[in-house]
Amino acid sequence: MITEFILFLLITVAGTAGELCVARAMKSVGEVKTFTPVAIGRAFRQAIKVGWLWLGIGFMALGFFSLLGVLSIENVSFVVPVTAISYAVGILGGKLFLGEKVTKQRWLGVLLVCFGVALVIIGKH
Amino acid sequence: MSHAPSRVKTYIFVLLMVVFGPLGNVLLRKGMKSIGPLTGSSPEQFLQFAGIVLSSSTIWLGIACLIAFFAAQMLVLTWADYSWVLPASAVACASVALMGHFLLGEAVAPVRWLGILIVCLGVLVVGQTPHSTTKEKNSL
Repeated sequence: MITEFILFLLITVAGTAGELCVARAMKSVGEVKTFTPVAIGRAFRQAIKVGWLWLGIGFMALGFFSLLGVLSIENVSFVVPVTAISYAVGILGGKLFLGEKVTKQRWLGVLLVCFGVALVIIGKH
Repeated sequence: MSHAPSRVKTYIFVLLMVVFGPLGNVLLRKGMKSIGPLTGSSPEQFLQFAGIVLSSSTIWLGIACLIAFFAAQMLVLTWADYSWVLPASAVACASVALMGHFLLGEAVAPVRWLGILIVCLGVLVVGQTPHSTTKEKNSL
């Protein structure tokens, strides 16, 4: 039980921190408007020069291996919805770390997501 | 697809995330299920376990799907808010439960289905907010 708790915590915290770092890196690259292989390749080449991307990948790798560990002991339809608790953490991170404007409507949507996640957990037990 | 309206473009990439993310997780679960749990805690046993995991084609297919998911997420984040993309992609909860139920035969209790429906409702609410609230820096 403690192992599962630690793994879920790592999936949530490390996974979200990783995505926030990647989002910061991609914001600095700028909008990709054409989807030719050349334009996409150029975007990725620019992204790999940004330190935030590598920090994000490091965090995400930690979250990924925690996910692999938990997937060997729990059902996938339980694991993935539970990790959705990171949505609330992610929104807060988007506001504080990326400077995004999070409206009341967006918060309401996130609260619904979190409530849905709570029901998923109750459904398991 | 070039020069598509930004909102349509955002929905397409979120759809790619919703398809490849859950599919990758289901394949990983299927691969890990066939391998079984890690027994023992010595470094040798861990390395042996890692070797078995990395020799599974199902695991590699799952990893390929997760790479496609990651690429779609990276591209969409060049123009859309993380706080929009993240909850919008929560609809993956529904698709992963469906895949777990129909592909792996996992049982999903009614209360969990209700939870998944509420998650989807939350996604709909978020989906109606502007998908980008930060200044565009430059473009490619």
